[in-house]
Amino acid sequence: MGMLSKSPWVIHYDGSSCNGCDIEVLAALMPRFDVERFGVVNTGNPKHADILLLTGSINEQNKPVVLNIYEQMPNPKVVLAVGICATSGGIFRECYNVLGGADKVLPVDVYVPGCAVRPEAIIDAVVKGVGILEQKRAAMLAAQKA
Amino acid sequence: MNQQTYTDIEVKDLLSTASRMKDAGQRLVQICCTKLPDRLEIHYSFDKDYAFTSFRLTLKDNSTIVPSISKVYWNSFHYENEIHDLFGIKVEGNVVDYQGNFYRTAIKTPFNIATPAAEGEKKS
Amino acid sequence: MSERTIIPFGPQHPVLPEPIHLDLVVEDEKVVEAIPSIGFIHRGLERLVEKKDFIDFVYVAERICGICSFIHGLTYCMSIEELMKIDVPERAHYLRTIWSELSRIHSHLLWLGLTADSFGFESMFMQSWRLREYILDIIEETTGGRVIFGSAKIGGVRRDISPEKMAEIIKKLRGYQKDVRALFEELLKDETVKHRMKGVGLLSKEEAKSLGAVGPMLRASGVAQDIRMMGYASYAKIGFEPVVETGGDCFARCQVRARETDASFDMIYRCAEQMKEGSLDVKVTGFPNGEFFARSEQPRGEVIYYAKANGTKFLERMRVRTPTFANIPPLLSTLRGCQLADVPVIILTIDPCISCAER
Repeated sequence: MGMLSKSPWVIHYDGSSCNGCDIEVLAALMPRFDVERFGVVNTGNPKHADILLLTGSINEQNKPVVLNIYEQMPNPKVVLAVGICATSGGIFRECYNVLGGADKVLPVDVYVPGCAVRPEAIIDAVVKGVGILEQKRAAMLAAQKA
Repeated sequence: MNQQTYTDIEVKDLLSTASRMKDAGQRLVQICCTKLPDRLEIHYSFDKDYAFTSFRLTLKDNSTIVPSISKVYWNSFHYENEIHDLFGIKVEGNVVDYQGNFYRTAIKTPFNIATPAAEGEKKS
Repeated sequence: MSERTIIPFGPQHPVLPEPIHLDLVVEDEKVVEAIPSIGFIHRGLERLVEKKDFIDFVYVAERICGICSFIHGLTYCMSIEELMKIDVPERAHYLRTIWSELSRIHSHLLWLGLTADSFGFESMFMQSWRLREYILDIIEETTGGRVIFGSAKIGGVRRDISPEKMAEIIKKLRGYQKDVRALFEELLKDETVKHRMKGVGLLSKEEAKSLGAVGPMLRASGVAQDIRMMGYASYAKIGFEPVVETGGDCFARCQVRARETDASFDMIYRCAEQMKEGSLDVKVTGFPNGEFFARSEQPRGEVIYYAKANGTKFLERMRVRTPTFANIPPLLSTLRGCQLADVPVIILTIDPCISCAER
């Protein structure tokens, strides 16, 4: 296991969700669930982050913001679509201002369903994301050697 | 549960009504627009001591110019920007006019279209 | 004379879990003007009434906001019940009140955490969210959901709380009330907190009234207005007094929320005492017709649901005016003239809920 996966830094961005998932993301950081015990740190700076945690669906307005955050993140990086809105648009799928899930604009690595998503599921997703991060890092290193 | 009164008013009486309500110490609760098949309705709602009064303005379509009440109630500016952006109501004299940039939606005046264009795109 | 600079605040900002964008016009460190632009979370869900019938729409209403979800669902139900002249059973009213007040406690604790975080009081942030988890446990035990309850429906409620369960909950709540009270006391007596909040973000009584402020924002400026006074659900039966402070600053807004949280506990006890056995819902037949504005008090203030129906399964129009939307003009007025460093604190003391405001 590399250093990266022992302490994955997460950046959270709320697309257009009902904020139910967002407060659960925060709840996962709190004493009850405490993802920090896995070395997970919630950062506000995209350039510090390894994992992008997206909640809520994508619309025209936040599309450039999401892309901007993603592009600023260093490689390797992992995208988690957290909550049903981020995976497909959920109950708001039919709204005129909703384009759909996060995969409309970004390559999503882990899909986490739930309305609202449970903190346990978020922790699971981050752990899964760390595994993928590690694979991506190994692939990157192999590519550099070759 | 609670008393509510609805009164129909004309566009020309809007400003005087707003001033009258302001003088009576009424609070502007909200402004809301409704698109009906043949007309548009705008509700201007006020409240004082939990008694709710609403004035209903009926427009044939969104070509009528509606004066802004933001000079009387400053906080009406965001409701008026909202009905402008979502319904295409022409509001004149808004003190904080976003010129249609308050809600930046994918389609213009989404509430004034029978079926939003985005719907067609999703199906195709 | 110093030059004016525009500093963009948000949409992705560490202090905000949700995106809002403000252009702050500053002269040196002083904010001269704040210009909001919204629409990052605008979904246009009010138009979903055309696709979901009036009974299904309760689920959409609950998902307008994940914090006051229950009260959103409840107020939507109230508007339809008024149109259809449905008499909701007594017991359902009490249960609705209990869940509303549990929502208020969890929302105020959430707000306390975020506000403490905005001025770097990390341990307070952790403590308040730790206590909030216990309230969420009670919510989960009684409704099955942590954030979205799904227990309100047109004509009543979906679930019951048995007398044994109720007694157990009350016993737990009495313990939590002490903890929550101690936490708020800690916040309000802290010198650093006073330094950051006293005299910051002042909103006078006249301004609060004329700018249409609602909720704790309004009551902290000395106006005794709370929609619960209208006695919807069972507030008329359990007795209710609005919490008022006169400071008008960020500190007063904390005081209001501290006392409101305490009062919410007491209201739940009173509901449990008065509640009698009975049915939970009535059968809903027919379709709504007419128009009505339903109002209720959310943790953030007055919420308004406007429903216009034409006697069919689908409503013609449903409109929500949320407390955060009404609190935007007073927020802009309090931001004018403040120090740049105080902007996050002032924004958080209105307890913004962006997904509510933009729908």
